[in-house]
Amino acid sequence: MLIAILIGFVFALFLAFAGKFLKGKLSILISLIPLGLFIYFLQYIPSISEGKLLVENHQWIPSFGVNLNFRLDGLALLFSLMITGIGTLVFAYTSSYLKNHIYLDRFYAYLLVFMGAMLGLVLSDNLITLFVFWELTSISSFFLIGFNNTNPDSRRSAQTALAVTGIGGLLFLAGALILGNIAGTYQISEMIPLSEMIGQNAHYVLAVALIFGAAFTKSAQFPFHFWLPGAMKAPTPVSTYLHSATMVKAGIYLLFRLSPVLGGQAFWNTTLLIVGAVTMFYAAFHTLFRTDLKGVLAYSTIAALGILTFLIGLGTHEALLAAGVFILVHALYKATLFLMTGAIDLGTKTRDITALSGLRKVMLPIAVAGILAAISNAGIPPSVGFLGKDLIYESTLHFDHSSAIFLTILAVATNVLIAYAGYVAGVKPFIGKLPTGMENVDFPPLLIWLPPVLLAVLGFVFGIFPGLIQESLIKPILTSVGQNASDVHLKLWHGFTPILGLSVLTISLGLLLYFLWKPTKSKEDFIERFERISPKSILENLAILFERGSDLWTRIFQNGYLRNYISVIIIFLVGLVSVTLLKNTTYNIDYSSFSRLTVYEVVTLVIMILSIGFAVFTKSRLAAVAATGVMGYSICLFFVFYSAPDLAMTQFTIDTLTVILFVLVLYKLPKYLKLSDYKTRVKDAVISTAFGGLITILALEVLAQPVNEEISNYYAENSYILAHGKNVVNVILVDFRGTDTMVEISVLTIAAIGVFGLLKLRLKSSERKQK
Amino acid sequence: MKTIILRTASNYLLPILLLFSIFILLRGHYLPGGGFVGGLIASIAFVLHAFANGLKDTKKLLKFHPGFLMPVGLALAFLSGLLPVIGFDEAFMTGLWMHDPIPVIGSIGTALFFDIGVYIVVQGVTLTIIFTISESA
Repeated sequence: MLIAILIGFVFALFLAFAGKFLKGKLSILISLIPLGLFIYFLQYIPSISEGKLLVENHQWIPSFGVNLNFRLDGLALLFSLMITGIGTLVFAYTSSYLKNHIYLDRFYAYLLVFMGAMLGLVLSDNLITLFVFWELTSISSFFLIGFNNTNPDSRRSAQTALAVTGIGGLLFLAGALILGNIAGTYQISEMIPLSEMIGQNAHYVLAVALIFGAAFTKSAQFPFHFWLPGAMKAPTPVSTYLHSATMVKAGIYLLFRLSPVLGGQAFWNTTLLIVGAVTMFYAAFHTLFRTDLKGVLAYSTIAALGILTFLIGLGTHEALLAAGVFILVHALYKATLFLMTGAIDLGTKTRDITALSGLRKVMLPIAVAGILAAISNAGIPPSVGFLGKDLIYESTLHFDHSSAIFLTILAVATNVLIAYAGYVAGVKPFIGKLPTGMENVDFPPLLIWLPPVLLAVLGFVFGIFPGLIQESLIKPILTSVGQNASDVHLKLWHGFTPILGLSVLTISLGLLLYFLWKPTKSKEDFIERFERISPKSILENLAILFERGSDLWTRIFQNGYLRNYISVIIIFLVGLVSVTLLKNTTYNIDYSSFSRLTVYEVVTLVIMILSIGFAVFTKSRLAAVAATGVMGYSICLFFVFYSAPDLAMTQFTIDTLTVILFVLVLYKLPKYLKLSDYKTRVKDAVISTAFGGLITILALEVLAQPVNEEISNYYAENSYILAHGKNVVNVILVDFRGTDTMVEISVLTIAAIGVFGLLKLRLKSSERKQK
Repeated sequence: MKTIILRTASNYLLPILLLFSIFILLRGHYLPGGGFVGGLIASIAFVLHAFANGLKDTKKLLKFHPGFLMPVGLALAFLSGLLPVIGFDEAFMTGLWMHDPIPVIGSIGTALFFDIGVYIVVQGVTLTIIFTISESA
């Protein structure tokens, strides 16, 4: 399974080098990768439906409980099949859609990374591994959404998407850490039996709120929905892939996956119900005002995601069944509609609904796909959409709460609007009269029309023969979230029930709305006026505010004068530490623990005081530097007195080098200038005295604390036994804490490169000026 | 500061100081010393040479930019940590030791190579910073 996940990344890397050869006609070959993976996952259907699981574990950081745990169960299988199956069609479609695009190889590389990340996300059983893949989907989708990188709108949309989903990712990490701490494990499958204990924990609400933040941003729930319509700037294959089956379903997947762990609590259900309900109705209502085909589809996608959140919030057996079926249904018809949009866009160069009609005459297969998808979307039998809608109404009607009727009405209203959106997107462009100028639209090539037709037909095959998906896909989903699936029977005809009545009502109201309400530009403009108070612009204004704030902050604290940096740091430190010192410390200095002063200590001390005085009052800069050098050497002597030869040696060489460095710079500076006036000098004196006083108090306080010698004893005892060294200091540096040293020398290198870059680059620009 | 005494002295001091720095590096495992101090002493040797003969001569003597020492040292330190992972299936940075000590140098282990890596990096960093500053100041 690990190989199946990594294969996308490996090939993406391969494409980075060998992509040039795979452009043009050979690009279709790349779709063999998702196809192969699709077949690989298909073969597990029999064993998964028998209730077996495929588990694969690799160690990563076992001491933190972070491991590569992969687990293929019903839910993961459904998602894997959608990712690879729709992936295959999208890959094939792309080879024709972006034919001869100069960056086709890059596009495929991003797409492959995205696919790999998505597979990793749905197969991970470990929250931290899941988080890594979660972030990878955000990053790779950033490149996909911003693929048209010459278009500023597209770049902005990519940034917005990354910012929103990136914030969500961080929330997820925080939530995962809290959850892991509560449960004592990061493995989701191990958390399920602990569900009750987790629910009673004091931090349950916080963990759930953070997880919600992640899921809602990823799955475009209100008020974070706005990145999704923006992401429509991406090439159509990307929209198809991201918005029908993968990226935006990741949040739903997470909620679904964690519902046996976190579900069953009032906070979980109520929040999901409310957010889902608001999102679905808000987005469905917005479809009325869109004239761009992709805009209509974007809002209907958000509405569908809202329905899924809503269903998971209901949390009943029926609701989870409905959600499972609806995930598949939505993926099938929404991918079809997006692919159809791409075909229309490619042929007519427009996506404006008001301008499109009668296209059946020029692109019949696309028209068939579009109309079939619209039927499935509206839930007209015998499509699989009918099954999905049926189940949704069943779960709201049977919801055991006084709000059941209200929720049902809301679900019907949303579905009416979604059905309307489906008619507008899937039917309207193809019926009526062909506008002049579109008679000569080319018939789409095979790879453009075949994928949508395949998906649309599949939606009907599953609808007519629900047994095909019932045993193999739907039941295992329920089992994987801890529900009993034995009584599941998907069928089209239930007899004359209230639910059938609701379905008929939905279909006919949707049709009625379609005939009465025509999308126009003026209606779109009308809704645009509310843009000012939308979450999107509020967030954008916040971002601008933040930018200004940080600008101001930087100008005050990082103004380029090193002396200001130092005084700010020191004042802050003194303030912070002295508050704590004044609050919680009792001052009792234990004079008995002091060793007696010796003559040479007194002598060194006198030298130190003299050199400080000299450094402060001298008129020569060089003399001041030399005086600080004397100061440093005196400190070395103290190290020697108190038997720290290693420290003394290092300090000695460092001091030498520091003085040399100073001299090198001073050598070139003008003669001593009095840069600071009396007032600043007094201020500096106060600051430095305060700092010195603070350090003294700290040192005395440390002496008064009981010393824990366990660690130093351990090092002293084991340095020769374990590390073959007698010099404990050096053994600690190169062996016991060797990784620290490794990082430290890396930091040193970075500092040196920094100095080199700063000075040399400036030199070059001044040289350029001279020329 | 091109005095004839310092210049003549530095010609002899450079190899002696370098030898001394290697001595400090090697003895570090048993007695005060080690890669960090050794590296600093070696850089002082070169800085002294640069003071006496000018930066150009020192650079000519070095033949390559001291900055190149940094990746070399980092790679050596990293590889000495990686060796247990690749060759002996142990955790990263596990100390490995040869059975019998070699005369003069003492016993050899991965920690020694790690220390040599530190020695080289410290030299590279110090010399890069000092050379860059003295060139552009």
